[in-house]
Amino acid sequence: MRKSLFILTLMLSFAMAQAQQAEIIKLADLERIIKSDNDTTYVINFWATWCVPCVKEFPSFQALAKKHTNEKVKVLMMSLDFKKGYQQTLVPFIAKHPINGNVYLLDEPDYNSWINKVSNEWQGEIPVTLMVNNAKKIYTFFNRDFTPSALEESYIKTIKK
Amino acid sequence: MKKIITSRTVFTVIATAIVCGLLSFAPAEKSYKIGDKVADFSLKNVENGKMVSLYSLPGATKGVIVMFTCNHCPFAKKYEQRIMDLDKKYAALGFPVLAISPNDPSIAPDDSYDNLAARAKEKNYSFPYAFDETQGVAKAFGAAKTPHAFLVAKEGDKWVLKYMGGIDDNPDEPENVKKPYLANAIDAVLAGKPVAVTEAKAIGCTIKWKQS
Repeated sequence: MRKSLFILTLMLSFAMAQAQQAEIIKLADLERIIKSDNDTTYVINFWATWCVPCVKEFPSFQALAKKHTNEKVKVLMMSLDFKKGYQQTLVPFIAKHPINGNVYLLDEPDYNSWINKVSNEWQGEIPVTLMVNNAKKIYTFFNRDFTPSALEESYIKTIKK
Repeated sequence: MKKIITSRTVFTVIATAIVCGLLSFAPAEKSYKIGDKVADFSLKNVENGKMVSLYSLPGATKGVIVMFTCNHCPFAKKYEQRIMDLDKKYAALGFPVLAISPNDPSIAPDDSYDNLAARAKEKNYSFPYAFDETQGVAKAFGAAKTPHAFLVAKEGDKWVLKYMGGIDDNPDEPENVKKPYLANAIDAVLAGKPVAVTEAKAIGCTIKWKQS
């Protein structure tokens, strides 16, 4: 019994570690998400493990993702961590802070080539968050950080537009 | 009587609308755009406690590289050596660096006056490192993050904004930079040519604004 429990725990933790892998993506992948026309609201947070206010607001996104599991919403944590050494920065961070969503590493260091494609209002400071649902014609850019209640409130307000 | 009240009400509504309209265009939100004349400012240089000003920066015969940066931000750290190299190269050509930390030290303690001074001393900066305590200079420039570069060039007796944004296109691998945006802008000004890319955006740490 104890042995099978051990194996089960091992399998579970392995599955969880699998689920929390960071996928390296390029601009084309980000554009595909931002332009997709299915009726899903994407909450896309641009952040990095080196960014103090980003790490501080990470639990707000964990809470939002957990609360709205049965809705057509996807929380995407778009990390701007440096690709070099991300196994020592991003990977351990997400292993420690699992989130019911996807964690990506956006590997596009020529920021000028894509920042305006997210928002003209964005100067490149992080954290920022984009909420987009093309089927509902929602495209709202937030240049701010969020407490859990502020994020919940902004999300509800945005999808009810 | 009824008519008077109505017209008075109409007047109040119009007056309120005008006042609100004026308020929404309050100059506090306005910052420099490319081609704008840049006003002089002075800030305290943490290296010696003396005031340093844009228009009278030593060696600024062509202009100044105004660099909002700081101690704490990992992104600014990635660029520290490159900022030092920019001054090494361009100060002699008339474009010295003026580094400015705009962060509120109560939020980012690494960016306190004393810590800025310690860092400048440790790395032996060849340029002034100024503390924008009121954050007024950062607001005037529309700086949003660190690092955030602004190239101000002298045109006759005017100081004009020629470039704003990032330093180059590769923060993590200086050896793989393909587009040195800021250096290209300086080179163009030095050659008397128009700046091809006047704004290039880059990621950085949000300026730690005072909580009001």
